[in-house]
Amino acid sequence: MKMTMTQKILAKHANLEFVEPGQLIMADLDMVLGNDITTPVAVNEFNKMGINSVFNKEKIAIVPDHFCPNKDIKSAEQVKFIREFAKEKKIPNFFEVGQMGIEHALLPELGLVTAGDVVIGADSHTCTYGALGAFSTGVGSTDMASGMATGKAWFKVPEAIKFVLKGKLNEDICGKDLILHIIGMIGVDGALYKSMEFMGEGVKTLSIDDRFTIANMAIEAGAKNGIFPVDEITLEYINEHSKKPFEIFKADEDAIYCKEYIIDLSEIKMTVAFPHLPDNTRTIDEVGDVEIDQAVIGSCTNGRIEDMRAAAKVLKGHKIHSRVRCIIFPATQEIWKQAMNEGLFEIFIDAGAAISTPTCGPCLGGHMGVLAKGERAISTTNRNFVGRMGHPESEVYLASPAVAAASAILGKIASPDQV
Amino acid sequence: MKAKGKAIKYGSNVDTDVIIPARYLNTSDPLELASHCMEDIDADFVNKVKKGDIMVALNNFGCGSSREHAPLAIKTSGISCVIANTFARIFYRNSINIGLPILECKEAAEKIEEGDVISVDFDSGIIINETKNETYTAKPFPPFMQEIIKNEGLVGYIKNKK
Repeated sequence: MKMTMTQKILAKHANLEFVEPGQLIMADLDMVLGNDITTPVAVNEFNKMGINSVFNKEKIAIVPDHFCPNKDIKSAEQVKFIREFAKEKKIPNFFEVGQMGIEHALLPELGLVTAGDVVIGADSHTCTYGALGAFSTGVGSTDMASGMATGKAWFKVPEAIKFVLKGKLNEDICGKDLILHIIGMIGVDGALYKSMEFMGEGVKTLSIDDRFTIANMAIEAGAKNGIFPVDEITLEYINEHSKKPFEIFKADEDAIYCKEYIIDLSEIKMTVAFPHLPDNTRTIDEVGDVEIDQAVIGSCTNGRIEDMRAAAKVLKGHKIHSRVRCIIFPATQEIWKQAMNEGLFEIFIDAGAAISTPTCGPCLGGHMGVLAKGERAISTTNRNFVGRMGHPESEVYLASPAVAAASAILGKIASPDQV
Repeated sequence: MKAKGKAIKYGSNVDTDVIIPARYLNTSDPLELASHCMEDIDADFVNKVKKGDIMVALNNFGCGSSREHAPLAIKTSGISCVIANTFARIFYRNSINIGLPILECKEAAEKIEEGDVISVDFDSGIIINETKNETYTAKPFPPFMQEIIKNEGLVGYIKNKK
């Protein structure tokens, strides 16, 4: 019986020898995650179940990162409510401002998710941990509540699309360009209900940060999860960050995939997604003249140390265009410290950029960089829907940190070699 | 279980940011969320929606965020059922889990127009367009999901299984 990597992880967690696409299973959960927007709803639903204790307090993580540090009284009340829940249930993995980071950068950094895990999170970008060879997927608040109560979740076993990566990305091209290229190719529902399984010789040329970015945006193609095989690079990251036991799953050689794409990494160009869908992509040479008002560098997609370095490499010795507000937000306190120690903040500040504490704020138009009517932003975040970063008549263009930094300098969407 | 109402029609890729913009997510009060439902693509929605109305869309309805506030806002606004060709998977789960009936039906999604009077029988999956005198058939739910729906969502399902 042949299975994909995702199917093998799900089978193991459902105590089954074999699972097949379409099969409904109950799987054991290794981690249940929520944030300050989704957890309040989950706590209310949890309380309705008439269950007193959570299934395992070590296997729950609550990260108030969206409207934090709190932007208004209502969001402060929401965090107060979940803080009290975490305290009452003695959940150790509640992260206060000061320890908090953007959830999908924080959990891997703290070693709370690892290879072979099954993870659900009440946040759509929970699929990020596929970079570590875990099955992880976004769910809603009621699923989070039921996960906290029972330690289980129901899944329909997904079919898989195979992405065979060959070659190597050129200099200044990164994981963001690759995943935007893929979404542009297959569409925002191109992987609906399916898993995106990355494999091939090219994988070993991708850094762990690139893999996080790629798995993070699997949801933007509608996928249930995105997943990478575990190799030397994964093991190095896991050994550095996690003490949890882990298990390496490998897809069977002759596993069945519903579709297969072969991608030559050396052919990937810098890619930008135009409003208002992530699949509306153009390569940098097709962009034309697009003036911008704001550049946002950070988020669960591109707020890691390599992203900070890529932005600094372009910004070094340059000034942000007088019309542009450039906001840089490293995703965790640890990344913040590392960027500071590497001298990147001096480059950012000298260029005229603002550096923010970790928050999801600007990505979803919450706070710390909301757009006015008619304004345009280039952003290293993951969505460019209508009104995503503010006014319904504002526009968001998605790109890599290098392109966002170059655009901030020139005041229009540009590639680093134009700087 | 049955529903009947006028169709309110949208296109493809209706995302969770337009169903309920993030700027309103500092609350989880269903009535407050419903008062901003669809605001960024259809400012008139909250005025025109009547209890029992049926939302109809094309592909990938509910794509984007995991916010359960999206199906909750739709349900609380009075919508009795959402019919689409396809749904984004988190929205699909969330709707089942909170007891908002949703149906996948390509023919209904394509043929129903704004204002058509639609009646839906959830047990059989039969959708009748009374205005156009047409009948469409949706895919039935697998038995496992029928159980969740019968218990009015996942919370009821877990409570009753305890």
